[in-house]
Formats: sequence, structure tokens, C-alpha cells
Amino acid sequence: MIASLKKKERFAHYLATLRFALYCITHPLDGFWDLTHERRGSLAAANTILFLTLLVRVMKLRYTSFIFLTVYWEGINIFLYIASVLFPLLLWVVGNWALTTLFDGKGKLGQVYMATCYALTPYPLMQFPLMIFSNFVTVDEREFYTVLSAVSLVWTIALIFAAMMQIHEYSMGKNVLFTIASLFAMLVMVFILLLFFSMITQGVSYFISLGREILFRL
Amino acid sequence: MRKIIKRVGVLLASAVMLVGSSLAVSATDDGSYSFNYDYWGDVQDSPDAYTVQEVYTAADLGLEKNFANPQGMFAYGNLLYVCDTGNNRIVVLEKIDKAGFRVKQIIEEFKGDVEVRTLSSPSDIAVSEAGELFIADRGNARILKLDADLNYLMQFDKPVDNTLDPTITFTPNKIAIDTAGRVYCIASGINKGLIKYENDGVFSGFVGATKVTYDFVDYIWKKIATEEQRAQMESFVPTEYDNIYMDYEGFIYAVNGNASDDDLDSGAADAVRKLNLMGNDILVRNGEWYIIGDLYWGNAGGYEGPSRFCDITVFENDVYVALDRVRGRLFGYDDQGRMLFGFGGNGNMDGYFRYPVALEHMGQDLLVLDSQDCAITLFTPTEFGRLVYQAIDQFDDGEYAASGETWQKVMDLNGNYDLAYIGIGRSLLRQERYHEAMEYFELKYDDENYSKAYKQYRKEWVEEHIVVIFIVVFAVLIVPLAIGKVKKIKHEIDTADIFRM
Repeated sequence: MIASLKKKERFAHYLATLRFALYCITHPLDGFWDLTHERRGSLAAANTILFLTLLVRVMKLRYTSFIFLTVYWEGINIFLYIASVLFPLLLWVVGNWALTTLFDGKGKLGQVYMATCYALTPYPLMQFPLMIFSNFVTVDEREFYTVLSAVSLVWTIALIFAAMMQIHEYSMGKNVLFTIASLFAMLVMVFILLLFFSMITQGVSYFISLGREILFRL
Repeated sequence: MRKIIKRVGVLLASAVMLVGSSLAVSATDDGSYSFNYDYWGDVQDSPDAYTVQEVYTAADLGLEKNFANPQGMFAYGNLLYVCDTGNNRIVVLEKIDKAGFRVKQIIEEFKGDVEVRTLSSPSDIAVSEAGELFIADRGNARILKLDADLNYLMQFDKPVDNTLDPTITFTPNKIAIDTAGRVYCIASGINKGLIKYENDGVFSGFVGATKVTYDFVDYIWKKIATEEQRAQMESFVPTEYDNIYMDYEGFIYAVNGNASDDDLDSGAADAVRKLNLMGNDILVRNGEWYIIGDLYWGNAGGYEGPSRFCDITVFENDVYVALDRVRGRLFGYDDQGRMLFGFGGNGNMDGYFRYPVALEHMGQDLLVLDSQDCAITLFTPTEFGRLVYQAIDQFDDGEYAASGETWQKVMDLNGNYDLAYIGIGRSLLRQERYHEAMEYFELKYDDENYSKAYKQYRKEWVEEHIVVIFIVVFAVLIVPLAIGKVKKIKHEIDTADIFRM
């Protein structure tokens, strides 16, 4: 009895935190402050939003009218396509946290992740209806789609910016600085990863060729 | 611009493409003789649109002297005029049956009141309806006008113009004439456009110079360079045309085989232009790709760089075929600038060339002159080629249903032929079968036509379902309003003072 009640309560909490995303995107400054400071967000809701974002992004490939999006299916790898969202997100979260934690940023790694995911909300919220809408327009009316689609992206970016400002308790100037620094950190990480992979490849191939050589001599 | 948007769109759509996407696959190395490019620019093997009927050398034609570096050709009726440049003569061939030519006449000299009555390196010829011959007599620096019996009528000399370098010798390479007897000429070293003469021989100006292209960095350098440095730099001037063709309507098709690789790739330069009387380019470019021949310039077999068109010919249905001298290929385009076929290659077999220089057509047949092989290749359309032409002609004549059926036959022969799908769609669109048309357009990503069909389909749909739409709108908007209103009245009644106890 108590267990099931607890389950129900937890589910109600999850729904409430998910619904809070709608408040966040319309009242970003207030909303993202409450998200962490008032514990009104949850990681489960953040994961849901991220999942919906990925789902809409993949669905767009198939269900957007070809007037707006022609897909060269031979060139699509669905895992790489999903990774094209997840990988930059991961870099951003890690890069941002790593930098801000050194400079008085109040957000924890999980909170940076949660806030960023909450900030993605406008993307599935607008792109999904737009995807359906795209099938009912002609080329003459394509501006509607293009403008609304651009709005969803600009909105998302603005929300990420606001979210970082609130969870780290930064001023505007400091936030601009650290947003740019985070982007730079992402580049540095990509560089290091490339370096790392290329070194590993060379290292492994060294031992492989060494082994081969020994086998030849035996 | 549309192309750029699309290319960016493709990139976004497949943000992370697999390594070595098929866009990088080189042209038909192992493919068929004929090919086409699909919506994505991928090479699609195609059934042959043309096959070689016969290859004629001088010996085959019964000439005593072999051709020597022939440069120009002109087809008129069933006569074919070949400029045997190296032998200073013009050979007139007459087509007697489907595959046979016989020598009708050899022009080496002419009669009349002029000092030099022989030809020197004639490089091009044109014939008027009255049978007058216009010959680009390159070695004698003149364009000759002879009557049908080879009597000298007049000549066109180097234009008298202050902007021309007086030391330059006049070397007319290619000529075209219009029905009024005006002469258009391309001469070496003159890049201001086509030289235009009135029918009385008076030079009347230059028309249709190519677009001057330069990149921004060069422009900046030029701005800050000193006078001496500037003199060293390449100047921004138009390039010369390589060949011209006067079509049946009096428009001049001009090909330019000198544009830089980058300009061709970015669409800044036009390899083919269609000039009206004012010299403005009116060529329709609605195709998915630029009209530059090969899209992929694989650097192999000693051939590199883009296609260099050296001649062009235009059919009566506005289909034009251009000849690429680099890889010896012919490219056919329709009046919208969409590629119909590409075929040919370099080599020694029939249907391959060593150095093609001139292209003409007789009916639907194509004739290619090879200056190194000294041979003329006669191509006739295959069933596939004829069906494509037939479908285009039927559509132009307004026989939309028949055109759709013919395109269907084309599709049966070649399922990878985008134009067949679009052709069927356009035919269905004209027959007001919008929904079916939409399917065909969607298959080949033709958004303009799709939108036309969809607009009509949407209109029809709304008209048919107006009652349903009205009911739905009513249900969604009016009913909640009414319920709210009723609730409000009920609430007012409930809370009204007079009912208070």
C-alpha cells in the first residue's frame, strides 16, 4: 500500500518536473533559478526531454516534406546522426562544468546537464508540429516554415544561455565570457580526443606489426 | 543560390555522412557508354540515347586527298559542308540515304573580281537559305560571301574600331549568320564579344561579351597594388567564345571553353549561353546542376579539369547538344537546362574521339567531326533517344496524355531517368490528376511542380470537404465558447441575489 503510494507520488513528481519545463521556457530567468535552487527539476524529466529531442530529430528525416529536407538516405547512419546531437551536448556539459567549477560556478555537473536538457524543450515542442505542418505547404509558403524553424533554434540557444547564467549565479558579462570559453573548451576537447585516438591507433598498429614480424620469423 | 541551399540542406540532413560518400564516386569509369546525373548528382548508367551509325573517313567518301586537320562543319538540308582546313578546301557532302554520304562538290577556289580567289585555312562555313556561302577564310583574314555558283559577292574585313589593337591580324574562327544576312563572328584575340556585321558588310558592334569574373581577394590586391604591379597582374577581361550556333528561331547559342575551373564549379561562369539580339543571355537554367557537362573532373588518363565545350547544336525542339573536347563527350540538355543524356569518350573505337572539334545535326542525327582522326561520326538516336524526343515534342504540342504515355515507355527502358518521372507528373498535372502527379514529383524531388500540383489538390480537397471542415471548426471553436457561456449564465443564476435565501 505504502509502496504503491510512494510510486504514485514519485510519478506525480516526475510529471510536475516535466511540466516545469514549460514554465522554464516561458520564464527562463525565474524558471532556471527555481530548477536547481528550488529543486523543481529532475534528471528523469531532463532525460525525457533529451529523448524527445532526439526522437523528433530522427523523425524529421522521414516525415518532413521533401520541399524543406531532402535526405540522401545512402549517406545516413542513424547512430552517427543521433551522436551529432549527443556528442556536442556531452562536450558542452563537461566543458562548461569543468570551466565554471574553477570560477565560482555554483552548478554541479548533473545540474548543468539538467538545465541544458530543459533548455532544449522548444526544439521538440516546435519542430514536431512544424514537421506535420511542412506537409501542407507549397514552395511559395516555405517562409512560414523557415522562420518558425529558425525561431525554435534561436529560442533554444537563448534558453541555454539563460540557464547557465542562473544555475551558476553569474552576471551577464561573466556568463558571456564563460559561454565563449566553454565553446573553446569544446574545441580543445575535440582536439585532444583526435590526438588521443590517433596515438592509440598508431600504438596498436605498432604492436600488431611487431607481432606479425615475430610470426614471420618463427 | 537554390543549389547552394540544397547542398547545405543535404549536408545538414546527413550532418555526419559516412566516409567516402557516393558523391565522391568518379564518373563512368566502369559504367555504360551513356550516362546521366540524377537529383543528387550521382552518375546513373543509362541506355544509349545515340549509337554510331557509321564513321566516315576521306577514303570511305571516295576523296583522293585525305582530310587534314578539318575544323568546321555546317549542315543544311541534306548537305554537309566540311571545312578541310589543312587542305584549304571545303568538301560538300550530300546525304543520300540513312547511312550514306557522297561527295557533291569540292570548293577550292571561286570566281569573281577579287585578288585572292583561293581559300586559306577555312575554319568555318555557314549557308543562307538563298544558298549563299559564308566562309571564314582565316588565312586570308576575311569572311567571304559567295553565291550558290561560287561567284564572289563581298567580304567582311577586320572591324574598324578604335578599341581594337591595330597590330592584331584578323583571324575569323567561327561564324554564324541570321536570316537577314547579318554575320556574327568569333575571331582570335578579340574578347569583347561576337563581332556583328550588318548584311552590307558594315561592322556594327560587339554583342554578348562573357561575364567578367574575378574573386574578391584578387580585387583587393589590385586595389592596393602599385601601377607597375598592376600591369603584371592578370586583368579582369571577358573570355573569348569557342563556338556559336544560330538556332532556328534566330537565337545564338555560344559556348565558352575557357572559363576557370572554380568559376564553372560555382556557377559564376557559363559554359553555354543563349544570346538574343541584344546580346543578353536568355538560356533557361532550371536543371538541378549547372550546364557544364561533366560534374566530376576525375584527373585520370591524362585528362583533367572541367568539360571544355567546343561546339554546340540545337534541335528544333530546343534540345541542345554540346561537345566536350577534353573527354570527347556529348551532353544533351532540354529547353529547361536539364540534362537529357551524356555519352562518348576518348579512344579509337567507333563512338570515341581523339580530338573532336565540330558538331552538327541533320534531323535527329548527330555528326561529329574529329580533327585528329580526320573522320566524321554519324550518330542516330536509339529507340530510347527517339522516345525522349517524342515525349518532349508531344508535350510541347499540347498532347499531354500522349506525352505521359511516351514518358512511361522511356521509364520502362530506364527506371533511373528522373526526367521520365517528372514528365509523367507534368502530363498528369495537365490532365488535372493532381494527387497522382504529386507522387511522381515527390519521387524525384521536383518541389516546384509538386507545389503546383499540391496547391490544386489542396484546393480541391478543401472544396470537397468544406462541410466537414466547417463542422470541425465549429466543434473546436464554437462549442467550448458556448459551453463556457452556458456555465457562466448558470453560475450567475446560482449566485444571483434574488435566489438567495
